[in-house]
Parts: sequence; C-alpha cells; structure tokens
Amino acid sequence: MGAKAEAPTAPPPEILARLNGILAQVADPEIPVLSVLDLGVIRHLLLRPDGCLEVGISPTYSGCPANAVIKADVLRALQHAGFAAIAVDVLAPPWSSDWLSPEGRRKLEAYGIAPPAHAVGAPQRLWRADAPASCPRCGSKQTTRQSEFGSTPCKALYRCDACLEPFDYFKCI
Amino acid sequence: MTPHGRFVLRLADTNLVLAQRLGEWVGHAPALEEDLGLANVSLDLLGQARLLLTHAGSLEGRGRDEDELAYLREESEYLNLTLVEQPNGDFGDTIVRQCLFDAWQFGLYEALVQSKDATLAAVAGKGLGESAYHLRYSSGWLIRLGDGTPESRARVGRSLAELWPYTGELFADDDVDREVAAAGIAPLPSGLEKVWLARMDETLKRATLPRPGPSKFSWYGKQGRHSEHLGYLLAEMQSLYRAHPGATW
Repeated sequence: MGAKAEAPTAPPPEILARLNGILAQVADPEIPVLSVLDLGVIRHLLLRPDGCLEVGISPTYSGCPANAVIKADVLRALQHAGFAAIAVDVLAPPWSSDWLSPEGRRKLEAYGIAPPAHAVGAPQRLWRADAPASCPRCGSKQTTRQSEFGSTPCKALYRCDACLEPFDYFKCI
Repeated sequence: MTPHGRFVLRLADTNLVLAQRLGEWVGHAPALEEDLGLANVSLDLLGQARLLLTHAGSLEGRGRDEDELAYLREESEYLNLTLVEQPNGDFGDTIVRQCLFDAWQFGLYEALVQSKDATLAAVAGKGLGESAYHLRYSSGWLIRLGDGTPESRARVGRSLAELWPYTGELFADDDVDREVAAAGIAPLPSGLEKVWLARMDETLKRATLPRPGPSKFSWYGKQGRHSEHLGYLLAEMQSLYRAHPGATW
C-alpha cells in the first residue's frame, strides 16, 4: 500500500535548524534554566506526508507532572511559529540523566544544582553509587545527603560540609 | 479480557493502589524528607500505572481509557496484590510493605524488559531505574529501624510479622500467569521468589531482624478477592469521578 512512501521523513536542514531554535527557547517547567533540548527529552523531529510535524518526546520520570507541561509547551511553541505539530510518547529506550547536554550540565551547575555525577549506562545496577561530585557553590567534595528525594522527582537534597549551604542534586537515572 | 490483558491490569492495579496508599501520607509523614520521599515513590508508581492502564484498555479493545478503568471498576474487578492494599499503619508498617514490594517489583521489571509485549518491556525498562531507587530508600529505612532503638526494632519486627504472610501471593502461579509465561510475555511469579528472598535476606540481616517463617495463609487479590481494606480506598479514590463523570484536571 505504499507505506514506505508515506513514512515520515527528516525535515530539511534549514527547517531543522529553525525547529531547534524554537525548542531551545522552550524551558523545562521545573528547572527553567534548562531547555527541553538540554534535558534530552526530544527524541525525534519528523515531517509527516500531510505536512504535520511529529515530535517524539520521552518522559523523564514515569510520573513527573512536568511531562504533560513539557508536551503542551513544545506544541504551543511550534504552533506559534506556524508548524502544525503533534507529540508522540517515546518510552524506549528510557530517558536517562546521561542525555543531559554538556551545555545543560553547565547551566545546572551555574544555577546551583549539582549535575549527575556518573554516567548510568544500563539502569539495572541496583546498588550503584550516586552522589554529587562537588558542591555547586564552593566546589568542596565533602557533601552530606539530607534527603533522597527533593522538590521534583529528578532531584535529591544535599548539604555542603565546607560552606554548609544546602543544594539540589540532579540524580543519576 | 484475555489473560494478557488481565495480567497487565494486575500490574496496573497493584501500582495504582499502592500509589494511592502512599499518597495518604502526604502532609502526615514523620519528617518533611519522608513526606517528599513517599510522595515521590507514589508519583513514580502512579505514572507507571497510567501507562499500564492505558495498555490494558487497548488490549481489551472496548475503548476504556485509563480513567474509566481506574474510577469505574468495582472492588471485585480490581486485580491488585493484597499486600499493597493493606493500611499504612505507622511509618514502620509502610516501610516494611514498601520494601517487600520494591524488592519484588525490581526483580519483576528485571525480567519484564525481555517481554515479547513491547509496551510492557518499555514500561519495565523505564520503571527499572525508579524501582531501584525506591528499593534503596525502603531498604535503607528498614535497616535503620531494625538496627535502631529497642522501640523501633520491636515495632518494625511486628510490622514484618504482620505483612510477611501477604508475600505468598507475589509468587503463587495461577492460570493467567502460566498463559502469559508460555507466551513469553512475563516470567512465572514462582521464578522470582529465589532472587527476592536473597534480596530480603540481605536487608533483614543488616536490619538485625529474623526472617519470618512461611505462612499458611493464601490471598487472591490478583483474582479479585480482596481483604476488607480495598473497598474503603476505592470509595475515596473514585468518589470525585463518580460524582462528576468525565472530570479531568
């Protein structure tokens, strides 16, 4: 039935550059210093034969309330720029903190959130180490965990033993 | 519903009911950190439940969405494990229930990532990292309470004795389990017991708590026969949607 001819295709480079420019302005609703591109949740951008843009988005944590907001914000930004767009959920492979962009990690640290300290690779390791490399304020490596869970599913609470400031840590998952 | 659909619904309901129970702690936990912790675990389980409910609805093919399945089924149509509907009790009761559950779910997800059902494999793959984190949290607390004060040790020991009998159902195979196992959709529950026991033994040893002996009680929550506690939970969870059908946030 000519399904191959009707498969979605990658947008031409100039369109892709424009799309990336738009998405770079869409902030994570809970960590507004990160864009959705920094967060690594945008999995694909494809043009459907009917001209509609398909955006593949991965949830960060299964139940994170930000997932729905991210999806709505992405679609709103694209529609505002004149693109007819729909979002599809991409579950596999699961999003990982490894997918934060290097730029995103820098932004996190500058914002006062310690970025994930380790690459996760496969999430199957039950007792893997997970602690911040250093305090995002003073750089001390001596830190103490205050709480395994923080204000959002992706963070834990730590305190620096040197400058005594509390700070958020973006967990490895 | 086919055995495949029923199996997915069992996992969905188990997650949903436990998420609801943990949600009852919000604003009541002994410390802010644990309030956040229990709420975050609840949120992960709820997110997984929503994906599983949607999947069960599509396998059934009658057009029921996640909300209809969650809010418009009766107690006897709920297929969750009996363990997760048990009341929160004190913080120690909740931690014991959570640790027994997390160790089971982590082992289940480890196996389910190989499922021939691609959606189930994806949910398990996504949930595995979350489940590992939950298990680290609940085992950490079980160890602290068991290896804690005489008071905390005695109380968490009682929690363990009360909740352990519900774990038999986690590893009891029935016809649905055998059908989905034969189809390569899921592991046989009985096949998960050995690894689960080893994980529990490791935690209990560090918690200085003896492992309770096997129980003669059998529970059948996953077949729709529940303890007296589920009805109250569902009544509260479903009341708003039933009063305002189709209500959304």
